[in-house]
Amino acid sequence: MEAFLTWLAMGKYALYVWSSFGLTVAVVLLNIHWARRSFRDASEVARRRLAMRRSDQ
Amino acid sequence: MTWLWFHKLASPPHFYRIAGRWLPWLGWSAAVLGVTGLVWGLVLAPSDYQQGEGYRILYVHAPSAWLSTFTYTTMAVSAAVGLVWRMNVAHSVSASCAPLGASFTFVALATGSLWGKPMWGTWWEWDPRLTSELLLLFLYLGYMGLRSAIEDQTRADRVCALLAIVGVVNVPIIYYSVEWWNSLHQAPSVMKFGKPTMPASMLVPLLMMFAAGTLFAATMVLMRARGEILRRERVGTWLEAAVGESVALTGEKR
Repeated sequence: MEAFLTWLAMGKYALYVWSSFGLTVAVVLLNIHWARRSFRDASEVARRRLAMRRSDQ
Repeated sequence: MTWLWFHKLASPPHFYRIAGRWLPWLGWSAAVLGVTGLVWGLVLAPSDYQQGEGYRILYVHAPSAWLSTFTYTTMAVSAAVGLVWRMNVAHSVSASCAPLGASFTFVALATGSLWGKPMWGTWWEWDPRLTSELLLLFLYLGYMGLRSAIEDQTRADRVCALLAIVGVVNVPIIYYSVEWWNSLHQAPSVMKFGKPTMPASMLVPLLMMFAAGTLFAATMVLMRARGEILRRERVGTWLEAAVGESVALTGEKR
């Protein structure tokens, strides 16, 4: 347990090290979310456009 | 014959299909390498004799900085290909790079600041490396702002391509700034091919993080580029099939 707490403390740099890793992981997850949402929105736009084209014909 | 693959990639249906096939491989490789590199860098790598545990920020800072310039270079090269060969797919790739590049430039600046405070005693310094990296963030933001401000797609592609190509001059400035001018920032220690100044126990997880970041960037750019292609394409039986497939994958209701 003590070894774990020592590791967690990162010397005296816990705040800086964990903030950096936390921010990076958050940005990675956000990028995945944004890319998925962007693809879903684009699919929806294309689907609507195709449906309109079909109804016009 | 050797350029056949390149010409094939210019076809939106072909690119869409190939990118879709590559996505899971790239994504899972990035995840495996990223988790391994992260655990290795945080737990197994030894402490630095000068910076103690604080140096571990390197494992997210350096790959983010690499991604910021690598993504910009990819954006500029694909913009140039789009301009020269009038290739819509290349413009889609270029447009897909900007949000990813901007977010990792922000991460590089923020983690650099978090590293700078305990080591240099300051959050920010108008140092050549930091300033040119900040300029890169503004270039990305300018590119995205310009793209969303111009309604006509062809014109937006052309104007944004010019901005991306002109801005690429900043990439070598970022890299060589620590050699050309006096800088607080340390000189390259990893990118010295042949003689990196790090022991293998620290270098291997860092190289894993670089590889993971590059694969992650490829995954995100291809995913966004596929969406961009769907947004741009107007007709085609392949489009009907692609939209049907993506709706099935994302669970959208018709």
